[in-house]
Amino acid sequence: MMLEGATDRYIDRKRWAWALSPIWICMPLMGIGLASITGAGAWNWLTLVVWYVGLPLADLAIGSDANNPPESAVERLDRDPYYRLLTYITVPIHYVILITAAWYAATRPLSASSFVGLTLSVGLISGLAINTGHELGHKKASIERWLAKLVLAIVGYGHFYIEHNRGHHKDVATPEDPASARLGENIYRFVARETPGAWRRAWRSEAVRLARKGKRAWSLHNEVLQPLLVTVVLYAALLAAFGRTMLIFLPLQAAFGWWQLTTANFIEHYGLRRQRTADGRYERCRPEHSWNANHIATNVILFHLQRHSDHHANPTRRYQSLRNFEGLPELPSGYPAMFALSYLPWAWRRVMDRRVIAWAHGDLSKINLAPVLSPKRRADYERIAAAA
Amino acid sequence: MTRHRCPGCGYTYDEARGDAHQGFAPGTAWAQIPADWACPDCAVNEKADFEVIRPDDERAGAR
Repeated sequence: MMLEGATDRYIDRKRWAWALSPIWICMPLMGIGLASITGAGAWNWLTLVVWYVGLPLADLAIGSDANNPPESAVERLDRDPYYRLLTYITVPIHYVILITAAWYAATRPLSASSFVGLTLSVGLISGLAINTGHELGHKKASIERWLAKLVLAIVGYGHFYIEHNRGHHKDVATPEDPASARLGENIYRFVARETPGAWRRAWRSEAVRLARKGKRAWSLHNEVLQPLLVTVVLYAALLAAFGRTMLIFLPLQAAFGWWQLTTANFIEHYGLRRQRTADGRYERCRPEHSWNANHIATNVILFHLQRHSDHHANPTRRYQSLRNFEGLPELPSGYPAMFALSYLPWAWRRVMDRRVIAWAHGDLSKINLAPVLSPKRRADYERIAAAA
Repeated sequence: MTRHRCPGCGYTYDEARGDAHQGFAPGTAWAQIPADWACPDCAVNEKADFEVIRPDDERAGAR
């Protein structure tokens, strides 16, 4: 329509940069290549160094982008097949990376350090397979939902497809959610609550749905079991092809992949809480119930995952259309730096706890607070709250 | 037979059609949907948040 052309002149300045999402995950292959050419096994650590050191520096150097596409452009952006193509091709790339790295780990004489560096590098990227599955799993088209299950199978975390969409999104930023961290809870306590809690919630949710359909939970209709079966076949094939090295390589990379997801969950809603309304339910999820990060370098390699505030308020919105809002709770850096920070609970609390209390305007009763706090910690929070 | 729409993402539950994937057979009345049931597409909104689609809205079309 003429009118549409006249009003929609929006140009996505990050358009071509989104191609970095599928390109950057090839970093373990680049490490393998450089290690082979130079003979220096240390290159197998490349992915980890880029993630934990290079990307935080890139966020610092390149900074943030608070721009939004106008609503008049969203439909066109959603229809544009380019954006969809990028998420689709990321799925086979994840398979190529896992299989190539498995072959390399099993067939080359690697030092222990090279082997660990390679396996953790692949694990980090396997963790990002959950990010790819996350973007795809939220969409309504059945091809995208199937690709989500396939890519989640890489890391043996197919239940995420159910757990995240029907569990975490329903309960987000409440004490009931095992995937929302509480103020004062450190990541090592969180993982013990989150990982089993996610499994239980996924299974229960599928059991309820299948019971309504008159089907058994232990059947191929179960969408937790479908991707798990793909994982079993994939890992068994790798074991058969590459031998017993896989008995260490596969579980280690998968565990590190799960740890990436745990860390993302830990930082994404830390301390934030939805309030109860008069009818006893929680208020609907709004953008201020998720920590946001507008950092350009890390958003373009993560399909905009860090625009998490809009994502939770509008979960079916595609990555290219996610918005920033005024007054959001903001992470001081992108995910890689915040991930590293979360591993040091003391440093994490120093940076984040006063931000949470400021978000609640000093009202501790509005915060998703750890149920057990040391008297000293509680006194600290009350002091910060009184000053807020 | 009524239709009910998620005010966030536009998912529509049509009593006449039900929702096979969710386990609601065609003809399942809105009243029979569990109170804690959340929108299967976005999970932001629950049954209580859904809007009834009146015939007047039909011409405007579902979002």
